[in-house]
Amino acid sequence: MAETKYKTKLLDCWDEAKQLIMKYYEDYMRAHELGGIRWAGGTASFSAIPAGLGDDVHGLSGEPYGAIVAYNKEFAAECHEAIEAKGYSRDLCAYMRNYWGSVLLNKYVWGGEWPKPDFIWTTHLCCGHAKWYQLAGELEGGVPFFCIDISVGPYNELNERKLNYIVSQLMDGIEWLEKVTGRKYNDEKLIEAVYNECLTSSLWAEICTLNKTIPAPLDEKTMYTIQAISALERCRKEYVNFYQKLRDEVRDRVSNEIAAVGNEKFRVITDTQPPWAFLQLWRYLEKHGVVSVGSLYTFGLTGNFEVRDDGTWGPRATPQEKGIQIETREQALRILVEWGLSMPLGQHYYSPELKSDMLKRIVKEWKVDGVMLHYNRGCEGLSLGIAENKLALKKAGIPVMHFEGNMGDERGFDLERTKAEVDAFLEILGAK
Amino acid sequence: MGSKNVKVVILKDGQILSEGLAPSGFDQKTAAEKIFNEVLKKAGLSHGDIDYIVATGAGKDVAPNANSEISVMGADALGGTFLYPSARTVIDVGAEVARAVRCDEKGKMIDFVVNEKCAAGAGTFIEAMARTLEVKLEEIGPLSLKAEKTVSMSAQCTIFAESEVVSLIHEKISKADIARAIHDAIANRIASMARRLGIQRDVVLVGGVAKNVGFLTSLQKTLGVDLLVPEEPEFVGALGAALAPLKR
Repeated sequence: MAETKYKTKLLDCWDEAKQLIMKYYEDYMRAHELGGIRWAGGTASFSAIPAGLGDDVHGLSGEPYGAIVAYNKEFAAECHEAIEAKGYSRDLCAYMRNYWGSVLLNKYVWGGEWPKPDFIWTTHLCCGHAKWYQLAGELEGGVPFFCIDISVGPYNELNERKLNYIVSQLMDGIEWLEKVTGRKYNDEKLIEAVYNECLTSSLWAEICTLNKTIPAPLDEKTMYTIQAISALERCRKEYVNFYQKLRDEVRDRVSNEIAAVGNEKFRVITDTQPPWAFLQLWRYLEKHGVVSVGSLYTFGLTGNFEVRDDGTWGPRATPQEKGIQIETREQALRILVEWGLSMPLGQHYYSPELKSDMLKRIVKEWKVDGVMLHYNRGCEGLSLGIAENKLALKKAGIPVMHFEGNMGDERGFDLERTKAEVDAFLEILGAK
Repeated sequence: MGSKNVKVVILKDGQILSEGLAPSGFDQKTAAEKIFNEVLKKAGLSHGDIDYIVATGAGKDVAPNANSEISVMGADALGGTFLYPSARTVIDVGAEVARAVRCDEKGKMIDFVVNEKCAAGAGTFIEAMARTLEVKLEEIGPLSLKAEKTVSMSAQCTIFAESEVVSLIHEKISKADIARAIHDAIANRIASMARRLGIQRDVVLVGGVAKNVGFLTSLQKTLGVDLLVPEEPEFVGALGAALAPLKR
């Protein structure tokens, strides 16, 4: 048995986290039954906007759904077969294929028939996303579809023209939503949703920042689940409440030196989404005293950071904390867009250098001993430039390995072969 | 515990007492037990005389009586530097996997790279091509040295390469020329992999495929460096595993 250096215990919030996630998927499925409406779209789709249509509007965020399908290997295999039989290639986005497969099979991963959305509201986050929902709508027999083009470049090059480009699309989008749903849009609900979205995102970043502590209060496998809530719809008040509770619990763990992994000796970060069907790899690391304290993906998909006065990353101050009072629809949209475009994970769609800089920062500030890059064949967006990232980390003298895989297609990952390479990496670190 | 063969090395006070090799077969554990017992007998030893049994390779989890393990890459680094203290890069080409390892003067692994799920970068490629050419495996290397002209193979994949070899045969290209093309193809892939790691001399070539003089010639030409090849390159991983307890 591995020696235990630190005390450890399960998260108190764990059960609540699972319940919130299940409720989200159940509410989506039962939305019509409850008199509400359903919408579908990507996780970066400014979900605060559909919230302005009412409290009975339930979304299905595509990427988390794709990840849950991936976790269920048998169902994922059915989805892949279905979509490949239709002629779609295996090298397309794995989440997208899992989603399309569900539609074609008319099966919801939680059981029952596929719950068709009333409208699709999404962004062109990447090349895959640009077609994902277009085809999904067609496969579903025609679903009203609105897509926002957000490819205006990295945040550090944002200017007024680019911001207006997106805001104007959202303004048009709100008119479209009113037409498609027959509902009057409520700007107060939008404003509240924008505040919540910023707060959820900042709280998650604060929680991730607490993981700079040794021993880490959280391990990445656990973080995947608790982060997922913020990937569903960041604008919900109940999610804000959850993250506040979680933040307080993690602060307590830090104060009392409660570790995620009792025998923590080495710290790593990973990169990109994990191979969801093979998360036991993270527990394998922990057997050898190696804890993954997170990743740019885990931190920056839904967490928003800024550089603090001491030069380190911390949670980005929310509009509320800055004393900004949102008064109008346009102001709400401008804040929402600016916030969304500043998220860390959005930056490296444009530049491997930006990502390399963020990775190096995380290594330094989170006191990381090595980096494990997932050459994720299932996601073109997050894998963009990853080989350059590896070179940059090596040049900086940071121990780094890569492993081939696929976040959503179990055929693309060889656990035993990967473990053999991980073993070698652990030997390099001195963990084995 | 290789995918094709089990290799055993018994070491005492830094000297090799005995070694042996046997096909892994379907039941790797039984094959390993059998060859281990044979090697023990050859050395005049019994199980109780052995202080450490260190397993490495694809089948290390089923290695009989192993009380420790080491990655193949780590074992290659130790074995390579034991045989050649000036070694800083070890390239291991086995039946199914090829690897390159960088190490320091103490044999500690610094970095590694592995060919990923691709038979075209390992011994299986040469075996498949030898079958297609209807040449014995041990003859294809020397045959390639008799080539009179350079023919390039465009196929990256073993499956397609087989088809390409058949086409070359129909074009009346000599077996020797085709054999060289085959070795050049795998050498290019191994060299490309090794360059991703960065080549630092001296470079040692190990693994069963290192015994193939045709591959050795092609790889040296492609890399532009002379390669050090042990007398028994297929045992270097097992040797490295045996050395591991001394280093810990």
